[in-house]
Amino acid sequence: MSHSAAAHALPHPHPGHGRGAVAARATGLSKVYGQGETRVAALDAVSVEFRRGEFTAIMGPSGSGKSTLMHCMAGLDSISSGSTLIGDTELGSLGDRQLTRLRRDKVGFVFQAFNLLPTLTALENITLPMDIAGRKPDQEWLGQIVTTLGLSGRLAHRPSQLSGGQQQRVAVARALTSKPEIIFADEPTGNLDSRSGAELLGFLHESVRALEQTIVMVTHDPVAASYADRVLFLADGRIVDEMREPTADAVLDRMKAFDAKGRTS
Amino acid sequence: MFRTALRNLLAHKTRLMMTALAVLLGTAFVSGTLVFSDSVGSAFRDRMSKSLGDVAVSVTAGGARPGTDAEAEAARPLDDRVVDSIRALPGVAAVRPSVGGAAVIADKGNNPAGSEWGSTGANYVPGANGKDSRYPIVKGRGPAAEGEIVLDAKTAGKTGAKVGGTVRLAVDGPVMTKKLVGIAETDDPRVSAGGSLALFDTATAQKLFGKPGEFSELVVSATPGTDQQKLTADVRRVLPRSFEAQSGKQLAAAESEMIDEQTSSIRKTLLVFAGISLFVGVFIIANTFTMLIAQRSREIALLRAVGATRRQVVRSVLIEAGLLGLTASVVGFVLGLGVATGLRSVLNATGASLPDGPLVVTPTAVLSALGVGVVVTVLAAWLPSRKAARIAPVEALAAVDQAPAPRGLVLRNSLGAALTGLGVATMLYVTTFKNSSGMQYAMAGSALTLAGVIVLAPLLSRPFVHLFGRLAIRLSAVSGKLARQNALRNPRRTAATASALMIGLTLITGLTVAAVSADRGMAKLGPQDLTADYKVSSSSYQGLSPEIARTLAGQPGVDAAVALRTTGFRTDDHPSLALATDVAAIAKVADVRMVSGSLSDVRGTSAVAVSETFAKDRGLKAGAALPMSFYDGKKAAPRVVAVYRDNDVLGSVLTAPALLNPHMDKVRDDQVLLKAAPARAKDLPAKIKETLGGNPLIKVQSQDDLRRADAGSIDDILYLMYGLLGMAVVIAVIGVVNTLAMSVFERTREIGMLRAIGLDRREVKRMVRLESVMIAMFGAVLGVGVGVFLAWSGGHLLRSSFPQYAMVVPWGRIGVFLLLALAVGVLAAVWPARRAAKLDTLEAIGAQ
Repeated sequence: MSHSAAAHALPHPHPGHGRGAVAARATGLSKVYGQGETRVAALDAVSVEFRRGEFTAIMGPSGSGKSTLMHCMAGLDSISSGSTLIGDTELGSLGDRQLTRLRRDKVGFVFQAFNLLPTLTALENITLPMDIAGRKPDQEWLGQIVTTLGLSGRLAHRPSQLSGGQQQRVAVARALTSKPEIIFADEPTGNLDSRSGAELLGFLHESVRALEQTIVMVTHDPVAASYADRVLFLADGRIVDEMREPTADAVLDRMKAFDAKGRTS
Repeated sequence: MFRTALRNLLAHKTRLMMTALAVLLGTAFVSGTLVFSDSVGSAFRDRMSKSLGDVAVSVTAGGARPGTDAEAEAARPLDDRVVDSIRALPGVAAVRPSVGGAAVIADKGNNPAGSEWGSTGANYVPGANGKDSRYPIVKGRGPAAEGEIVLDAKTAGKTGAKVGGTVRLAVDGPVMTKKLVGIAETDDPRVSAGGSLALFDTATAQKLFGKPGEFSELVVSATPGTDQQKLTADVRRVLPRSFEAQSGKQLAAAESEMIDEQTSSIRKTLLVFAGISLFVGVFIIANTFTMLIAQRSREIALLRAVGATRRQVVRSVLIEAGLLGLTASVVGFVLGLGVATGLRSVLNATGASLPDGPLVVTPTAVLSALGVGVVVTVLAAWLPSRKAARIAPVEALAAVDQAPAPRGLVLRNSLGAALTGLGVATMLYVTTFKNSSGMQYAMAGSALTLAGVIVLAPLLSRPFVHLFGRLAIRLSAVSGKLARQNALRNPRRTAATASALMIGLTLITGLTVAAVSADRGMAKLGPQDLTADYKVSSSSYQGLSPEIARTLAGQPGVDAAVALRTTGFRTDDHPSLALATDVAAIAKVADVRMVSGSLSDVRGTSAVAVSETFAKDRGLKAGAALPMSFYDGKKAAPRVVAVYRDNDVLGSVLTAPALLNPHMDKVRDDQVLLKAAPARAKDLPAKIKETLGGNPLIKVQSQDDLRRADAGSIDDILYLMYGLLGMAVVIAVIGVVNTLAMSVFERTREIGMLRAIGLDRREVKRMVRLESVMIAMFGAVLGVGVGVFLAWSGGHLLRSSFPQYAMVVPWGRIGVFLLLALAVGVLAAVWPARRAAKLDTLEAIGAQ
């Protein structure tokens, strides 16, 4: 379970080094539910790359396949055809045990809600993946994450003593500790008020920029998407567009355009 | 609200399965007990009406008192003359005179073919048709001559003799050989419960069991239309004084009363255990409903928001509980019919002689079993339902589900501490008692202590889980830690689950400690003061013929053979027992220590020795006269010539045979104590049996055998208790499964998240298993602790009646209990752990 040097590196004095390498890739990825008459293709031959040090937002209307894409890429769901890669590991050939290990060591997750174990403190939640792997967390890295996410004074608290925004930040910190190849965030601001949401997105952005992490975020909020480096638009299981350096307005316009197209076609 | 309750019940079928099982087993026990005791009572009554069907008057010995009535000395026996005069009374149809006693049949190995108490011998009374209706002959014919015998089929099988072959038997003396002429049937319960039946012709039976020409019992049947009461009075008039007549009705009423008494005492005992099982079930039901309501709090809040009142919410929960209780009880009742059948065979196997008969299901049994099931379930759900009522409507709108802030345990802990303190104080007070007068305090103290510890269990769970968690973490860092946190998360739930197990283990440990301690005490008691190597006695309890001691004394390898015989007497109207033996030889077989005088002065008819306590109680000093009035009506007043230290072998009063023999009905020895010559001890028992002609009556027991005979009965009772308490433990185990399954369900999302971030299936399983083991061990450790404490403090009540009793903690058995608890923990987790590991990660994360 060796990690590439780039993924392991501490924030480099020269940002940009290591960037551009592929952290995860899907080639001709299809996911089909049901058979015959009831057959539904949630993903239809999707090919996509996520580069290291990039913050990608995936957008699309409900049922467009954005969550399915994330689940398949993260090894949480099986695929019907095509291939998916995390770092240099092909997921298709892995059994449950190996997939679990891969998720533990190379993938970070932030869910919409219920990210934390209520019985553990914030710090214990953050280091949980390391505990599971039986590894000691890198204290320097941990300190950096905690500082970046503004959690220094909250480490001994239980989740019930934290605000929703703080809980999500703890989840982000947990995703970051093991220096994964890639972090998947599923509507991480979905349950937050707009101020906490904006704060969290700022932290995500900062994690990518300052800590050189790779984040893929599924969202339906154009404002959230505007924090990303690029936005992928999904519709009917296909990637229909891509936008770099997005702004909320531009994203909203693009969404409206799809919506109109969807209605007329 | 009824519809809501029904829907909820159906929606949570699987989640309620374990709870239903707990209620089901409890009611099965209750209904099993009720049906069992009804069936046994009815079977007894059936048999009684069959056997008493044509009994108009029954004549038995009784009534005469020694020395009170001069006429009693000249009392006429119950002989043919009396029988004839009864036969001549108007209204008498027939008289069946009988005489019987113990007849021990030798099996192939010269051991008794029947049980000690069931070796029955009787006379065969052919009627007009040449047959005895009481003992139908199934093969061969009835006995007609002195050398003939009839046996029941089972006993005949054990002797290996066929009709026409020979059977060896003994009544109270030497072995006899008789020719087997037939096989008979009987409905005598003593025989069906492992005894044996031997039938002789009347003259032979009289010779064997009484005196020639005398009977011990008469059964008079009447012609139709005869007044039983008048006939009974008539019969009584012609009877000898020492016999009593009872009308068939009186007899039936007396027997019926006895049956009621017996079945009701069996029923009460079993119901106590059924009650314990149900009580354990209460914890599981309460736990389930607490969890269901927590899981459903948003639904309930929604109901409240749309206008349901608190009372409606409570009622809905209680209706749900009632329906669950009713369903489980109905199934439980059906299962109870099986329990009833099983109980009969279990109790028969342990020596009870319960007659066969159909199962009797009374409406009372059905209603009480169902009622108990429903009431217990509803009561157990009552507290959780109050919690449901407290859910505020706004909770329906809460965006994030957050575990409700844990309610403070301060009140509960204070109450628990108070109860436990009171209980422990009471039990400590009990230790100041020396006899059973403190029994009520002990009962109350035990109940208080147990209740207190149950209330206090959430507080106690914390340090225990922490301590045990440390071990678990060493076993598996992450799973151990998660398991510990899960067990700590809801101390009430952990405590309630563990308490269910604790109750069973407290009782089991307490009983075990008491039984093992009593066993050791008995071991000290049994052969104390006995220095003989062997005790020779008779299984028939009719004693040994004096020849036996003489025969044994002459055997090679026997150093001393000392015969002991006893007879009862009264002194100052106090019943007592005198022992006669060869005073010169007694010191060879018993450890005798003198207080004053010498045993060698106990000679002839005018000298006795007494024990220290007897002397003190009666105010006797050496040289004083001891007034003795014997049961043959004669009196004596020998002088006390010696006083000895209390001795288990000698008893209170020691005399020479010359004093006792004239007052004994038949001179018989109770036992012969043998001292073996050095190096000859081992093969002596077989030689002795051989010398005495392979007599099945003769028991030769070593000191070890004697000790074991005492211990055996305690073990039997203990295992029966284990069996009866087993149900409570099974229900507690179901409780552990239930709690784990429910909490796995509750933590579905958590488990999904853990799986997503890298906990593999094996570790998820281990997490559930470790939590289960923690709960089980917590319950077991509490139970063992409380059980030992209660047994220790309660044991003090035995100090005066059983001074040899000293508490022994059976570490071996306690170790086994703890290991079993460990196994229970692992087994209880199998199903919930598999469920947790099989959860689909994606679905689990998305679960509501």
